Amino acid sequence: MEKVIFYLLAIIMVASAIASVSSRRMLRSVVYLLFVLIGAAGLYFLMDYNFLAAIQLTVYAGGIVVLIIFSVLLIQHIEMELEIAKSSRRWFSALLCLMGLSIFLGTIYSHPFAVAETTSTTTVAEIGRALLSFEKGGFILPFEVISILLLAAMIGAITIAKGGKEIKQEVPESLDIDKILQDAKQQAEEKVMELESSTKN
Amino acid sequence: MKILSINEWLLSFMPAGAASITEMVLIALIYLTVFAVLGLYLVLLERKVAAWFQLRLGPNRVGYKGMFQTLADALKLVSKELTGTVKADKFLYNLAPYFVIITALMALSVFPFTENLQAFDINIGLFFLIAISSIGVIGILLGGWGSNNKFALIGAMRSGVQTISYELSVGLSLLTMVILTGSLQLSEIIEVQKNGWLIVQGHIPAMIAFMIYMISGTAETNRAPFDMVEAESELGAGYHTEYSGMKFAYFFLAEFINMFIIAAIATTVFFGGWLSPFGITESIPFMGIFWFLAKTFVLVFLMMWFRWTFPRLRVDQLLTLEWKYLLPINLVNLVLMAVIVWLNITIQF
Repeated sequence: MEKVIFYLLAIIMVASAIASVSSRRMLRSVVYLLFVLIGAAGLYFLMDYNFLAAIQLTVYAGGIVVLIIFSVLLIQHIEMELEIAKSSRRWFSALLCLMGLSIFLGTIYSHPFAVAETTSTTTVAEIGRALLSFEKGGFILPFEVISILLLAAMIGAITIAKGGKEIKQEVPESLDIDKILQDAKQQAEEKVMELESSTKN
Repeated sequence: MKILSINEWLLSFMPAGAASITEMVLIALIYLTVFAVLGLYLVLLERKVAAWFQLRLGPNRVGYKGMFQTLADALKLVSKELTGTVKADKFLYNLAPYFVIITALMALSVFPFTENLQAFDINIGLFFLIAISSIGVIGILLGGWGSNNKFALIGAMRSGVQTISYELSVGLSLLTMVILTGSLQLSEIIEVQKNGWLIVQGHIPAMIAFMIYMISGTAETNRAPFDMVEAESELGAGYHTEYSGMKFAYFFLAEFINMFIIAAIATTVFFGGWLSPFGITESIPFMGIFWFLAKTFVLVFLMMWFRWTFPRLRVDQLLTLEWKYLLPINLVNLVLMAVIVWLNITIQF
């Protein structure tokens, strides 16, 4: 039963990963990416690691993908399609992908996996204690560092959103106002003439 | 007990694997039925309540006092032609309703309707609900973009902004209550409330959290007064302008089910779920479902009351409300609740 579900999820994930990079419509790529992320969450659920699965759903599927969709919504039109890359580039990236894949597969197949005798799901309370423990194996330092990083990012975002003082518009000294006025006047006269001639016709 | 006997009956003529799959299918079918019936009758309830608030009669022709009005509407929607725009992104256009409806259905599965009637008692129940509800908005965004209509796109963008903002308040107000319960599992949250409902146990901060939760929950379901997503007077019908027939019905049903889910979470977290008031029907276990639904429908009625009482907010007012008022209050409230639990000044019977 678990095997069937695993292979189903794996097929969905691989297929949508390929579709995600090969689709020429940007928003469709994002949706395929979403399927990959949801599939990963499904794998975590299958491993009985509920907390990580829920985090995957909230942070990646619910947060990051929504942000990506938002940016696509702002910059893309429905009829736009991504251009196809040059063939030399495509060969190069295919080669890189194959190299990455071979390293990945090599590592997986050479690693001796030990089957766990007993499995128990990690509870939220355990994670919380581990995050705040300063004894051996505790995560208090990374936790605090990440908090400071997030705080800095937040302050940065607020500063950018608030904007600085208005930039003063400097007038270049060489600007000749009389000349500009004259030009404008001439242009306006020409426009009037044009209009008049067009109405006569 | 009943489920157990079905289990034995299935095992009597098929192997264990097939029996468990059959049970899963049966449970899924039951939940789908509940989903459809609930959605239809919530629509009817909304129309009746609206009529009552506006001194009308409301639907009263089909069946006794209009009992089957929404059933007839659903049949009409099924038989309707599915239209679509030519230049729409067909794949996303067709995919979008399923995101909305599947997330609503998944959320429904974790609620404990009585002590024993719960499909999926996951140990991170409340967090799971928050996670699932954050995915539903993707359906709205995709539907709005995929239909290649500017009203739909504007509606979808508004919905995205609104849901992302108010998700924080929903999450934080529920987190405030989690300090009190010490568990995310829904069945354990109800277990804790045998010493008094959480809104009584946590008194002041719990009430503040409840108010914030109801406000932001209403906003999350895109209902009035936060319905700029489908503001009829400005946007046609918002993100589902281009949808018709059953696909429109999916969006419509999911909206009502989401309202029920918001009310059901509030019932579970603040009002003791299936527990009866003062334990008056403790000896009759199946009364749990009555109490659960009664409390939930009172909260649903409250949300409908909001809808027919308050005028619609503007986008800037909506964002100001969330980021400048609800979120800071929520953060202070979280600390207040922590202090109350730390000093152990909760009210318990």
